[in-house]
Amino acid sequence: MDLLYSVFIDPFVQMAEMPDFLLQVLWEGFVAGVLYALIALGFVLIYKASGVFNFAQGIMVVFAGLTLVGLHEKGVPAYLALVLTIGVMGLLALAVERFVMRPLVNQPDIILLMSTIGLTYFLVGFGEFVFGGEPKQMITQELGLPTGSSAFEIGDGGLLILQHIDIAAAVIALIMVGVLAVFFNKTRIGRALRAVADDHQAALSVGISLNQIWAIVWFAAGIVALTTGIMWGARSDVSFALEIIAFKALPVLILGGFTSIPGAIVGGLIIGVGEKLGEIYWGPLVGGGIESWLAYMIALIFLLFRPQGLFGERIIERV
Amino acid sequence: MRLKRLIAGSILAGTLAGAALPALADELFVPLFSYRTGPYAGSGIPIANGMHDYLTMLNERDGGINGVKLRIEECETGYDTQKGVECYEQVKGAGALLINPYSTGITLQVIPKASVDKIPVLSMAYGLSAAAIGNTFPWVFNPPDTYWDGASAIITDIARREGGAENLKGKKIGYIFLDAGYGREAIPLLEQLSETMGFELLQYPVPGKEMQNQSSQWLNIRRDRPDYMVMWGWGAMNPTAVKEATKIRYPMDKFYGVWWSGGNDDAAAGGEDAKGFRTLNFHGVGSDYPVIADIKKYVVDAGKSQVDPAKFADNLYNRGVYNSMLIAEGIRKAQEIAGKPMITASDMRNGLENLDVSEARLKEIGMEGFALPMKLTCEDHSGHHKVYIVEWDGKDWQKSGDWFSPDVGTVKPLLQKAAEDYVASNSPWPERTEPCLNK
Repeated sequence: MDLLYSVFIDPFVQMAEMPDFLLQVLWEGFVAGVLYALIALGFVLIYKASGVFNFAQGIMVVFAGLTLVGLHEKGVPAYLALVLTIGVMGLLALAVERFVMRPLVNQPDIILLMSTIGLTYFLVGFGEFVFGGEPKQMITQELGLPTGSSAFEIGDGGLLILQHIDIAAAVIALIMVGVLAVFFNKTRIGRALRAVADDHQAALSVGISLNQIWAIVWFAAGIVALTTGIMWGARSDVSFALEIIAFKALPVLILGGFTSIPGAIVGGLIIGVGEKLGEIYWGPLVGGGIESWLAYMIALIFLLFRPQGLFGERIIERV
Repeated sequence: MRLKRLIAGSILAGTLAGAALPALADELFVPLFSYRTGPYAGSGIPIANGMHDYLTMLNERDGGINGVKLRIEECETGYDTQKGVECYEQVKGAGALLINPYSTGITLQVIPKASVDKIPVLSMAYGLSAAAIGNTFPWVFNPPDTYWDGASAIITDIARREGGAENLKGKKIGYIFLDAGYGREAIPLLEQLSETMGFELLQYPVPGKEMQNQSSQWLNIRRDRPDYMVMWGWGAMNPTAVKEATKIRYPMDKFYGVWWSGGNDDAAAGGEDAKGFRTLNFHGVGSDYPVIADIKKYVVDAGKSQVDPAKFADNLYNRGVYNSMLIAEGIRKAQEIAGKPMITASDMRNGLENLDVSEARLKEIGMEGFALPMKLTCEDHSGHHKVYIVEWDGKDWQKSGDWFSPDVGTVKPLLQKAAEDYVASNSPWPERTEPCLNK
């Protein structure tokens, strides 16, 4: 009976007793979800265009963040460093297309996956060689991003604390999703990209350049990685530990579908809010620390009912 | 055919490059396990620089120790236990004088091996706390303090601020820790103190993969409202925790870190908001010591260091210097006991066990005021020496208060018991056969 009370009643009593804290948990979950969604977006972009699970997305986040801060440390003004970093991500996209993707056209997916693992190790080594292994502080203020926090009184002495950088992260993520949605649906390149995603050979037959599309999509994933690096770096710092965080996007992808941009956003938010609520209100029942696997549990439950994810394309096998 | 040759050549070259070369007859081989890459590099780099630079300074200034040059070789572990064990296997047959693992996880793995291979393990203020019991662990040394000393010292300081240990009854003390061998090491002692002193111990583990994603832990802390927080963090966990603490507006003067949470970059992540954050320390901060001046002159200015000049003499850099001082003084003592400058790992064990760094000796080596005198014995491989608190002033660490002793009365019997438990669970553990020279 006690167990039933602890699982089904007590957490909701706690929520009702401390509404300010519940709001804080929901906000933190929302922010984490936005950041997971940003990482997942990078994966989705490349998967849509090439069917490749880009194992290197995490290290691209670190690499972009380190390039930005590293350039600024060398005396480059923040905004110029930002522009140059975008340029570096563009060069990286061209190099990946030319030296990794192009030679592997028509190879099985597993080969392409392995190539992104190789790319990961290359970027880790290259990043450490150029920038060193020490973590760097994100140049939040120099980029004009807000710092500090605002506190709001809720109820009787309750407090909701909102970090300005978290608000900025949410706004920037929404803008980025909007821009990507317009890019995919309203531009010629976007439509070409969707054609490639649907069928490589059919796209080639109507004159779409696969190489060009891949370079563009890796560049877009690079921009998403840079945004993620800035936002997550501002919350802690830019270090190689961030690479591991990127795999928090896996359950998001399972949930939202590997090919859906709205899926990445909704999946990110469900995972972010779900894992925070689970950890705070139900975690203590099993000694805490459930956050790291709860996201996968949520995703696996969804898999049972929708193997293609919430927004993924329905898999129809005709026999 | 050419491709085959190329592959075979590459494998051979890689093997040779990765292997530690045997020590030459006229040099002493000091391997340093370090991590300049990976998620823990933020803590590993300054320490590796400090360790390397002190030993290099001895080579440059004095021509080594008693006329014998030191061969200093780093082995990159990435703070990964498996890689650390590989490093151990690489250096053990190459004439290594000692193992300096710089990771509690690696230390725990090499303790049983080192006892068989007869190579001393120096785990300076980390590793297995029970290894302080020299009669059980003759090949392991953890001066100047164990983790249990550190945990008891923090509780001692909290009790002092609360006006006595009796006032801790009913208080809540939170413990946020890296969920690994390192972070879990202090828990038995804290649980014991919680039981005897009557404070409630709240635990907040941080998985290694979530080091930069601690908002859940700090939300729990905000809800539980512990009176004090104690942190056992490392690598990227430290700056993230400091930032999260400032985010929930936790009173930073009630937030304590063990000595490994005291990197300059760790606290700087919180900037001005982190003012008041306190960590333990057992050596000087800053550059105002003759030994640091000599390192600058002979190593840094001579272009023989990897340290970023802006980070020279940071807190963790000085920690590395202190670590290498223990190595160097151990070598000196070993040479003295052996009566010859060329020593073996077995001699080195004697040197460490008879380590006695007096006030006069500290002055000779330019460390007056940098460290307190320290002494080890056959029974006590840690020494349980005094520590002090440093406080973050928004820009740098400042000494706060005097040196004070850990709760040795509580710690020592618990260590003895833990050593007995270790032997029981690792049976058959070898009886000590090494002679004691300082009875």
